[in-house]
Amino acid sequence: MNWAQLGPQIWKASVDTIYMVGVSTFFTLLLGLPLGILLIITDRDGLVPIPWLNAILGFIVNLGRSLPFVILLIAILPFTRLLVGTTIGSKAAIVPLAVSAIPFFARISETSLREVDKGLIEAAQAMGCNLWQIIIKVLLPESLPSLVLGTAITIISLIGYSAMAGTIGGGGLGDLAIRYGYQRFQTEVMIITVVLLIVMVQLVQWLGNLLARALSHR
Amino acid sequence: MIDIQNVHKVYNGPNGVAALKGVHLHIPAGSIFGVLGQSGAGKSTLIRCVNLLERPTSGSIIVDGQDLTQLSPAQLRAARQRIGMIFQHFNLLNSRTVAQNVAFPLEIIGYKPAARRARVAELLDLVGLSDKAEAYPSQLSGGQKQRVGIARALAAEPKVLLSDEATSALDPQTTRSILELLRSLNERLGLTILLITHEMSVVRQICDRVAILEHGEVVEQGKVSELLAQANSRLAQAIFPKFDAYSARPGAVVATLTFTGSSAEQPVLSQLARQFMIDANVLAGNIESIGNQRIGQLQVELMGDQIEQAISYLRGQGVRVEVQA
Repeated sequence: MNWAQLGPQIWKASVDTIYMVGVSTFFTLLLGLPLGILLIITDRDGLVPIPWLNAILGFIVNLGRSLPFVILLIAILPFTRLLVGTTIGSKAAIVPLAVSAIPFFARISETSLREVDKGLIEAAQAMGCNLWQIIIKVLLPESLPSLVLGTAITIISLIGYSAMAGTIGGGGLGDLAIRYGYQRFQTEVMIITVVLLIVMVQLVQWLGNLLARALSHR
Repeated sequence: MIDIQNVHKVYNGPNGVAALKGVHLHIPAGSIFGVLGQSGAGKSTLIRCVNLLERPTSGSIIVDGQDLTQLSPAQLRAARQRIGMIFQHFNLLNSRTVAQNVAFPLEIIGYKPAARRARVAELLDLVGLSDKAEAYPSQLSGGQKQRVGIARALAAEPKVLLSDEATSALDPQTTRSILELLRSLNERLGLTILLITHEMSVVRQICDRVAILEHGEVVEQGKVSELLAQANSRLAQAIFPKFDAYSARPGAVVATLTFTGSSAEQPVLSQLARQFMIDANVLAGNIESIGNQRIGQLQVELMGDQIEQAISYLRGQGVRVEVQA
């Protein structure tokens, strides 16, 4: 056991994990939230009912969610190469991570947005709000605490998936655990990575709860 | 101010339920107009048709000279900004403070922040909640929430206020104070108020005019005082419990007398005794305060020789007399 050599490796793996999860979370929110909004407003009893679009979006989201992550990881390799020019490394892992988390977060945000009292939307309409104002001034602020909790859940799933992405050379803590902890029988490395993953997950959930509570005025 | 012309509303669905069947209502400017009905009568649909939260299947809705059913979406939004609305469950944004809730419609119509602050302060003062500006709705009582709802509804200086069962979730005492507030806003600002309710007490306390809605149809409408003066109107029958039939003694006549307006202020019964030598035996009676006038119903047994003359004297005094057959 050589700590002088292993220390920097663990550090780098942690940074890689945070990088993968951070960037894929960013894209997940960027694309998943609008998708969630589209899902509720195009719904049959939504603000702009477009049943056919709703059905197509729902189908795509379900498709994305029905593929196990490990399979998705491999299945979209050509797409990954197209987007980032490589299929190896943390940068390449971001693509499948985001692709799997976007539909997940779309459903989670859809549920959060649906919880907003219909009466509030009606009140906003009665005041002469347009669709955009209802989304920006009513739907999003009113569901914000719930969206924050949904984001925490999504980040936690991404941390788990990022460890899987490590298996195909994605880097990060999962990669480290497999190469050292599993293939070289260095149990200490396995334990350290597991502890680090647990700490990350706990931290994210704790921060999520804290933020949601601070934002909620119910 | 509001004209509802031949409005039909049919909900699509397996049964195609007709919620409104040709409703005509005229709500004069400056009046407080109540639509009274049981749940399921269609009153919720009716008030939602007035600002087109529900689009009537046919008919027109004319508010302040503008037919809302003919407007483009953008014009409709502009028209809605001039119609205030308050709700049974208040519908305040939980993510905003009281002041921010009241500021909401001002943001929509594009008030500058400084003007917004001034207007919000003015409105909170109007509803007596200046000290709650920074509170969140969850920290308020039901009555306070409705006051915020009223301040918000009035923010953009509408001429019309729609009230959707605004006091149905409140206790009787709070209901009274909210109704008093609405009455004073009506008087001070000349606000036209259309309210729907299932509570007779609301009509009794503040409405000038009333329409009774049953199964999507207006079965009776008019001035509250006039309807109450008609003993056989639905409103009067709902407010005044029907008197039990009473078998008159030989030579006596049993009559129901309805007093309204000035006749309620006159000592008519003692006049009967003095002028026509009539003995009046009061069998049952109710006296109600409606708005700012008293209305009463008495069931009396009249005895004497000049009953005919006495009855025409009563009618001459503005008392409605119905003789029991």
